[in-house]
Amino acid sequence: MTQTLEKPSASRDAMPLSGPRLPAAAPYVVGVAALAVGVGVGLILGGGVIAMGVLAAVTFIVGLTVWAWALEGRRGGVDRLATSVVWSAFLVALVPLLSLVWTVLSNGLPALSPEFFTYSMRGVIGDEQGGIYHALIGTLLITLGAAVISIPVGVMTAIYIVEYGRTAKLAKAITFLVDVMTGIPSIVAGLFAYALFVLIFGPGIRMGFGGSVALSLLMIPIVVRATEEMLKLVPDELREAAYALGVPKWRTIVKVVLPTSLSGILTGVTLAVARVIGETAPLLIIAGSTDSVNFNLFADRMQTLPVFIYYSYTQPGVPPEFGQERAWGAALVLIAIVMGLNLLARLVGKIFAPKTGR
Amino acid sequence: MSTTIDEARGAGRRPGDAIFKGTAVGAALVILLALAGVAVFLLYEGVPGILGAREETGSSFVAYVWPLVYGTLVAAVIALVIATPLAFAMALVISHYAPKRLAKPLGYIVDLLAAVPSVVYGVWGITVLGPQLVPMYRWLAETVPWIPFFAGPASTTGRTIFTAGVVLAIMVLPIVTAICREIFAQTPTLHQEAALALGATRWEMIRMTVFPYARSGMISAVMLGLGRALGETMAVALVLSASGVITLNFISNTNPSTIAANIALRFPEATGLAVNILIASGLVLFAITFAVNFAARAIAGRSARRMSR
Amino acid sequence: MAKSIDVSDLNIYYGDFLAVQGVNMTIKARSVTAFIGPSGCGKSTFLRSLNRMHEVIPGARVEGKVVVDGQSLYDPSIDPVAVRRQIGMVFQRPNPFPTMSIYDNVLAGNRLNSRRMKKAEADGIVEKSLKGANLWNEVKDRLNKPGMGLSGGQQQRLCIARAIAVEPQVLLMDEPCSALDPISTSAIEDLIHELKSDYTIVIVTHNMQQAARVSDETGFFNLKATGEPGQLVEFNPTKKVFSNPDESATEAYISGRFG
Repeated sequence: MTQTLEKPSASRDAMPLSGPRLPAAAPYVVGVAALAVGVGVGLILGGGVIAMGVLAAVTFIVGLTVWAWALEGRRGGVDRLATSVVWSAFLVALVPLLSLVWTVLSNGLPALSPEFFTYSMRGVIGDEQGGIYHALIGTLLITLGAAVISIPVGVMTAIYIVEYGRTAKLAKAITFLVDVMTGIPSIVAGLFAYALFVLIFGPGIRMGFGGSVALSLLMIPIVVRATEEMLKLVPDELREAAYALGVPKWRTIVKVVLPTSLSGILTGVTLAVARVIGETAPLLIIAGSTDSVNFNLFADRMQTLPVFIYYSYTQPGVPPEFGQERAWGAALVLIAIVMGLNLLARLVGKIFAPKTGR
Repeated sequence: MSTTIDEARGAGRRPGDAIFKGTAVGAALVILLALAGVAVFLLYEGVPGILGAREETGSSFVAYVWPLVYGTLVAAVIALVIATPLAFAMALVISHYAPKRLAKPLGYIVDLLAAVPSVVYGVWGITVLGPQLVPMYRWLAETVPWIPFFAGPASTTGRTIFTAGVVLAIMVLPIVTAICREIFAQTPTLHQEAALALGATRWEMIRMTVFPYARSGMISAVMLGLGRALGETMAVALVLSASGVITLNFISNTNPSTIAANIALRFPEATGLAVNILIASGLVLFAITFAVNFAARAIAGRSARRMSR
Repeated sequence: MAKSIDVSDLNIYYGDFLAVQGVNMTIKARSVTAFIGPSGCGKSTFLRSLNRMHEVIPGARVEGKVVVDGQSLYDPSIDPVAVRRQIGMVFQRPNPFPTMSIYDNVLAGNRLNSRRMKKAEADGIVEKSLKGANLWNEVKDRLNKPGMGLSGGQQQRLCIARAIAVEPQVLLMDEPCSALDPISTSAIEDLIHELKSDYTIVIVTHNMQQAARVSDETGFFNLKATGEPGQLVEFNPTKKVFSNPDESATEAYISGRFG
């Protein structure tokens, strides 16, 4: 090698910018062909819908890749392969969702009626009209109890971590413990509530409030995380501006920091409620199951929607059709509640967002 | 910064400040107590179960819980093997492949998967998924019975540990996807543009910049998904027809149960020492998920430090 | 050898917003062309349209023609990947790949085309490119260290080495010195001088002195008015632009009366 700058090689004279390229419609052409192959072979050789779908997807991926490889070369082929695999995987993953929504809707809609929402299951046998009133009340009360415990504890803990304990050892320990809490399996939360209440009330205890305690164990870490994120987003300049005006720290937090992050916190709390309202396992253990309405969180078994679904499906009674239909109906109602809460969370985030003027 | 301001403003001497801070610290201590309570109460109720397992079940606690641990791990591993590639692909579609206009709605759709309660997944798994998979099980048992996983005889109801694994896969998919898509989207534009400006195709750009940047995040996302799959209860309790055996066979009617499902199925009717044994098995589950989640956080934390340097 | 670029009636849009309007110019081969102008007047956007990098930004699109070597860049038959391989780019902030060594960073582009390269050939390309970027003597003993360990100026020269390793026809530079200290800046300016014997170089700069020092021709971009699209006000040899510009707006900008 010489020290002078070497001349670039002669191949630079040519500057090919265009090469043979797949037409823009290529994916659609191959897609239709692959679908035809999948359905055709499936019909001739006999196979289920799943087999046809798999065959069509594989044909699509292979066909498009080979075509691109032959026309555009290795790099074009690999790029097509990646694109078609990624999209196919996405579509495959959506199939269960569609199937689930369809199943719940088609099985659950016939069960819905005004009586379904206003009757309990007390003394219901066979095809008599029963409903989920008792389960709705239970779900509502138990979730409300969980929210009443979790929101203050969660929000105040987040305030402690962000506003007071940025460097303190306790804050670090709490952050770690919140991480641990996030990973607690829901059934373990139920066992905890049971173990706790057994010590107080003796073996075999069942009560709605135990369910609230178990759910709040699952809910607190979500609330803490969401609030923490939001508080961290509040710029320090805002706090310092308040201090500079002589506002005490606690009033700064209440009057400046919290309102600024209110929308995010409300969104987080709503999502946390949506997350725990569908929990089954802990309630199965500590709240139990009953056919009657119970308005008292602190005594006796309490029915909830998820547990109702579980028992109506696994022990539908004789004949089983009616119990199973009620299970699907309740599943539809439960999904609707959870989706509604998710929508509400987004709405709340929009409505309470601080006006930035942009 | 906060300490200097505190001192300068004489915080603590003002009663409002003291009360407010006290409340905040109190809330934090509640969490500390709650977790300590989880450990203490579960141990208090669980230890008699561990010690007394022999008189209740006729064998030691380890012999009782081991098949359950095995089933828990197998179901979770099947779930992760299915969910991981799908989750990466879905995250890539949302972060890099879908047109910007489409990306957000697609993200919402994935979030919808997370909104479905687990008991509903379970009911769907028995009624729809299981029967749909039966032909595949039959085909596998006839075609490749020499693979121990598919030795057969094939289940006729589809209530196998493989079906349970598929349901779990669908359930952990949204959480793994959500984390991965966040990290993918955070890949610095600078690096992505550098790759494109060198004449990289989209896939080459992703391999050169997105995957190296996101690697540890992807690992920890999968680990968090694993933690979720290990502790999931109702879907498995509903789908699986369990008989407490240890087998490699994924497609038959005799399957190992999982810890969580076993508790959910037995607890409502359990009394006396049986309750203590179930609580002890819950402790084991807690320990396993704790270890997995801890490892996930450690991986994520280590990479966060490396990237900030 | 290095190609010239003909731009005619080029409009660049972000969605419905017209960002740059009606640009006509011929960028000469083997020379340095500089674009100056106030912030937000579309000079970087225009630069990106020369190798279709603006397509990375969602909603960005182009009307008009950019012709290189007789081929129109926006013709449907053109492969944008091939365009970017032939027309390299150096960015505002140095952006070596963080997970790669210095050696691998230089070869990143070459490895896309030929996966298996002989060791000797690869070594040759690395040495040639690093020498071409005036970086060889500083890094030859630590080629396997991460590229992120270098200083800002060295990182930027590494990025230039990476860009010229694939032997492009044209090198686009988007304010390549704006994140660097004066000494590194002068090293890059020297390098630009040497590179122009082999490459067509187009550089966007905020720094008028830099344009005066390194470029042969200068284009002045400006907004028609606030909220209006950017346009090319004047395009002339650098000497003329800085001593006796045709347009009064150019003179006003150069003498520091605005911008």
